[in-house]
Amino acid sequence: MNPLPLNLLPPGADYAAVMPLLWAFAAAVLVLIAEMFWPYRSRRGVGWLTIAALLAIAVLGRAPSEAVYFGPIALDGFSGWCNGLLCLVAALSVLMSLDTLEVNGVTRGEYYPLLLFAVAGGMVMAAATDLVVMFLGLETMSMAVYVLAGMGKARRRSNEASLKYFLLGAFASAFMLYGIALLYSQAGSTDLAAMAGLAGEGGTSAVTRLGAALLLVGFGFKIAAVPFHLWAPDVYEGAPSPVTAFMATVVKAAAFAALLRSVLLAMPWVAGELQTPLWVAAAATMTVGNLAALRQRSLKRMLAFSSVAHTGYLAMAVVAGTSEAAAALLFYLAAYAAMNLGAFAVMMLLADRGRPAENISDLAGLGRARPLAALAMTVCMLSLTGIPPLGGFVAKVSLFGAVLDAGFYTLVVVAVLNSVLSAAYYLGVIRAMYFDDADSVAAGGASAASRVLPSRPALTVSILLAALAVVLIGLSPSPLLGSSLRALASVAGF
Amino acid sequence: MSELVFYLLAAITVLCALGVITRPNPVHSALFLVMTLFMLAVFYIILEAHLVAALQIIVYAGAVMVLFLFVITLLNLKGDPDEPAHPLLRIVAYAVAATLAAGVAIVLMGDAGVVPGGAGAGAVLAEGFGGTRALARILFTDYLVAFELTSVLLLVAVVGAVVLAQREPVAEAPLTETGEDA
Amino acid sequence: MQAFLDTLLGDAAGLERQLGYLAGMVVFGAVVVFGFVLPFAGIVTWAERRIWARIQSRVGPNRVGPFGFLQWLADGVKNILKEDIIPTVADRPLFRFAPYVVMVGFVGAFVCVPFSGDLIIADLNIGILYITAVTSLVVVGILMAGWSSNNRWSLLGGIRAATQIISYEIPASLAIFPAVLLSGTLSMQGIIGEQGAAPWQWHMFHSPFTLLGFGLFFTAALAEGNRTPFDLAEAESELVAGFATEYSGMRSTLFFMAEWGNLYVIGALVTTLYLGGWQVPQFTYNPVLMNLAQVGVFMGKSLACVFFMIWLRATLPRVRVDQLMAMCWKYMVPLAMLSVLGTATMMVALPNGSHTLRMATFAVVVGVVIRFAFKVRFHLKRARKLDYTSLSPGASQGLSS
Repeated sequence: MNPLPLNLLPPGADYAAVMPLLWAFAAAVLVLIAEMFWPYRSRRGVGWLTIAALLAIAVLGRAPSEAVYFGPIALDGFSGWCNGLLCLVAALSVLMSLDTLEVNGVTRGEYYPLLLFAVAGGMVMAAATDLVVMFLGLETMSMAVYVLAGMGKARRRSNEASLKYFLLGAFASAFMLYGIALLYSQAGSTDLAAMAGLAGEGGTSAVTRLGAALLLVGFGFKIAAVPFHLWAPDVYEGAPSPVTAFMATVVKAAAFAALLRSVLLAMPWVAGELQTPLWVAAAATMTVGNLAALRQRSLKRMLAFSSVAHTGYLAMAVVAGTSEAAAALLFYLAAYAAMNLGAFAVMMLLADRGRPAENISDLAGLGRARPLAALAMTVCMLSLTGIPPLGGFVAKVSLFGAVLDAGFYTLVVVAVLNSVLSAAYYLGVIRAMYFDDADSVAAGGASAASRVLPSRPALTVSILLAALAVVLIGLSPSPLLGSSLRALASVAGF
Repeated sequence: MSELVFYLLAAITVLCALGVITRPNPVHSALFLVMTLFMLAVFYIILEAHLVAALQIIVYAGAVMVLFLFVITLLNLKGDPDEPAHPLLRIVAYAVAATLAAGVAIVLMGDAGVVPGGAGAGAVLAEGFGGTRALARILFTDYLVAFELTSVLLLVAVVGAVVLAQREPVAEAPLTETGEDA
Repeated sequence: MQAFLDTLLGDAAGLERQLGYLAGMVVFGAVVVFGFVLPFAGIVTWAERRIWARIQSRVGPNRVGPFGFLQWLADGVKNILKEDIIPTVADRPLFRFAPYVVMVGFVGAFVCVPFSGDLIIADLNIGILYITAVTSLVVVGILMAGWSSNNRWSLLGGIRAATQIISYEIPASLAIFPAVLLSGTLSMQGIIGEQGAAPWQWHMFHSPFTLLGFGLFFTAALAEGNRTPFDLAEAESELVAGFATEYSGMRSTLFFMAEWGNLYVIGALVTTLYLGGWQVPQFTYNPVLMNLAQVGVFMGKSLACVFFMIWLRATLPRVRVDQLMAMCWKYMVPLAMLSVLGTATMMVALPNGSHTLRMATFAVVVGVVIRFAFKVRFHLKRARKLDYTSLSPGASQGLSS
C-alpha cells in the first residue's frame, strides 16, 4: 500500500490565484454564521457587513501584474477586472436592498450570505480556465439565485419565479453539460487550452460544432437570449425587486464573463463556424426584447424585456468575435449595470408595504414629489436609450463600432434601429414622471406625488451613486475603457 | 460478443428512458428512471469504472430517486391532472424533439471515435483503472478545485433548501399578502 | 476463491478460464443463497422466538421437531401454500414486482460476504461500497410495495421505512470509513487482512474513535434494517404491518425473509469491518482446515451479533418518529463525522498506531462488559428468589426492595 502524495497541489500552483475566491467564500460563510447570531431587530447590520466584505473582496481580488494560476483557476487581468465589477455592483445592490427587503417580502437574513455565494460563484466563472470548473461556478451562482428569487416566501409570485427559474435553469444546465461532454469527447480534456485546438485542417468536426452549440444554448438561457428568454419576464417580475436588480446586473455580467472567457477567447472558431445562428439570435434577441418592452405597463416587466434587448446588443460582440468587441462588451456590462441598478432603485423607492408600485403609472408625479430621484431616473432612462453624453451612449458607440469594424453592417443597422425603437418606452417613463397628472392616473390617490414616501436613506444614496456612475462613465469613459482593454490583453493566448 | 451485450443493454436503457417520458403515471416514470440510472451503472461496470458504478447506484438509484418517489407517492398524483395540450402543439413538440434527437444521433454516428468499436476501442487501460485509488488520485490532484467547489455548491444547496423549506417563525409583524395578482 | 478455482481449472486458459471462474462463482453463489441464506432467514425466526420466550419467561415454539426447531419449515410451507391475494385497487405490476426488488437488494449483498479467506463469491475491489449500493435498492422495493398496495397504512409504512433507511444510510456509510481508512482499501478481504486474530488487533479497538465508529455503525445498521428499537415501519399498533400489509402468501414471505436474513448481513458487516472478520492464528498449513476454522470464527462472531440484535429486540421499546430522526441527524451524523475525522487524525499523528492505546481501549471495553455481566448476573439471581406465582397486587414490595 503506497500512500498518496501529501502534496496535492497541481504543478505551478500559486495560492495567490485562488485567494480572492477563498476570501469570497469565507465572507459568505462568515456572514451566514453572523446572521444566525445577529439580533433580529438590527438585521441591517448584516447588510453593512456584507457590503464591507464585498468592497474588501473587490480590493483583494485585483489582479497582480503577472497572471497567476492555481490549476484551473486563473487570476489575470480579466478575472481581476470581473472580480471588481461583480463585487462593486453587488455591493451597490446590497445597499439598495437594506431599506427595501421587508417591503418586498424578504424576511429571512439568509439573503446576504446567499448573495455573497452567488457573487463568489460568479467570480469562479470569470476565473475558470476549465469548462467543468466554470460549470460548477455557474451552478453555485445559479443555485443561490434560484433561492434568492423565492425569498419572498409569502408571495405566490415569488414562489412561481423561483420554481420557474430553477426548472428552466436546470434544463439549461443539462444542455450545457451535454455540450461540455461532446467537446470533451473531441478534445480529450475539459481544459480551455485544449479547445482552441479543436479547429484543425478544414474546420471543426460536426460533434465539436454540436457541442459548442449546446454550450451556447446553455449560456443563452442564463443571459436570456431569444429564443431562450421566455423565463426572464416572469422571473424578473416575480422575484423580490432587490433580487431582480441583482439578477439583471451581477448574474448577467458573470454569465457574459464566462461566455467571454470560455467561448469567445478559448474557442475562437465558434464565431466563424456558428456565425449565422449567432447572428440571427443576436438580432432576434434585441428585436423581440424591444418590441415586447413597448407593450408593457409594468415597469418591472418593461425592465425585464429591456434587459433581454440589451442581451441582444451584448451578444453582437460574440458574433463579431474580435478583441475590440470583447473589450467593448466588458465596458458595456459595467455601464449597463450602473444604469439598470439606478432604474430598479427608483422603482423600489416607490414601493410600500402592501403596494409594490411596479407599474409605470405609479411613477406619475414623481418629478414634483421627488425631483432628485426623478432626475436620476431620467439619467438612467436616457442612458439606457443611448443618449449622449451618458454612459449608455459611450458603451453603445464603442460596441457598435467594434462590431462594424468586424464587418457586420446589417447587424449594426438592426441594432441602431432597435435603439431608436427602445427610446419610445424609455422616454415613456420620463413622460410619466414629469408630465402625467398624478390625480388623473390613479383615482385612489396612490401615485408618487400624493403619497408620503417613507424615508429610505440607503436607497437614496444608492440611487445617487448609480446615477453618478452613469454620468461619470459617460463623461470620462477612457479609464474604464482602457482598463477593460488591458483586462482582455492579459488573457493568455489572445 | 461484448458488442452484442452492449447493444442489448443499450436497447434496454433506451426503452427504460422512453418509459420515463411516456408513462402517464408519475410513479411509473420515476421507477423507469431508477431503472435507467441503474442501467447506466451497468455501463460503467462494462467500462471498468467500478467505483463510479457503485456511487451511481448509491447516490442516484438509492438516494436521489427515493426522494423523488417520496414526494410523488406522498402527493399521490394520478396522472396529469392538467388538460392535455392542444393536439397541434403536441405534434409540433414531438416533431421538434424527434428532429433534434435524430440530428444529434446522425452527428454522433457520423463521427468515428464516439461509436463503440471506433477509435477508442483498442485503448489499453492503466493498472488499477476505475479503482478507488486511481480515482482518488486524480480527484485530489487534477480535479482538486472542482472537488472543493462541489462542496461549496452543496453547501449553497443546503442553505437554500433550509431557507425555502423551513416554516417561518411567527413574525413580529404578521406579513400581509401583498402583490397578489395585482 | 480464485486460488481454489485455479487448482480446479488446472491449465485451462483464456476464455475457458474466465468461463470457469464465472461458473465457479455461480455455483458457489447458488450454494450460498439456497443452502445458507434462505434457510438461515427461516431459522433465525425460530431462534428469535425461542430467545424472546426465554427472556420473557415463556416457552416459545416447541412442538415441531426437537425444541420446535422445524417450526420455521412448517411456517414456510404454510405461507407458500397460502393464496396470493392481489387487491383489485393495487397497481398490479408494481405490486408483484416489489418483493423481488427487495430480495435482489438483500441477496446481492452476499456476493461480498467473506466467510473465510477463500470462501467469498467475489472479492470486489469496491466491496463495502458495493454492499451499500446493492442494499440501497431495498428502499426502492419498499416504496414500490407501499405505494402500489394503494392502502394508507402501506403507503405510510413504506414512506416511514424509506425515510429511515436513507437517513440512517448517512451515519452508517460514515461509520464505515474509520475501518476503511485504517485498511486503506474498500475490499472486504483487504479490510479483514489488516486486522489480527487477537481481539486488540481488531479495528474496533484501534482508538476510541473507531470504538465510536463501531457503535454508530451497529446502531445505524439496525435502523437501516428496520429492526427494533427502530421498527417504526411496521409498528403493528399504528400501521398494521406497514408496507407489507396487503401482501400474503409467498410474496409476504419474501419480505420477511429479506428482513430476517438482513440480520446476518448486518452481523457479517460488523464482523468484517470492526471485529476482525475470519482472522484466526495460523495453526496449520492445511488450507481446508484453515478455511474451516475461519468459517467457524466468522460465523461465531456474526451469529453473536445476530443474537445481540435479537436480545435488543426483546429488551428495548420502540422509539418515536421524531426521536428517530433527531437521533440520526442531531447526534449520529455529527458523531460519525467525529469518528472519521478522529481516526484520520490518529492515523496522521501516530502513523504506526499505538499499542498502548489499543490495549487501553480494549481494557476499557472488557471492563464495561465484565461490569455489565456482573450486573446481569446480580439481577438474574435476585429475580430467581422471587416466586412470581405467589405475587399478589398487594405484595409487590418484593420487587422494589
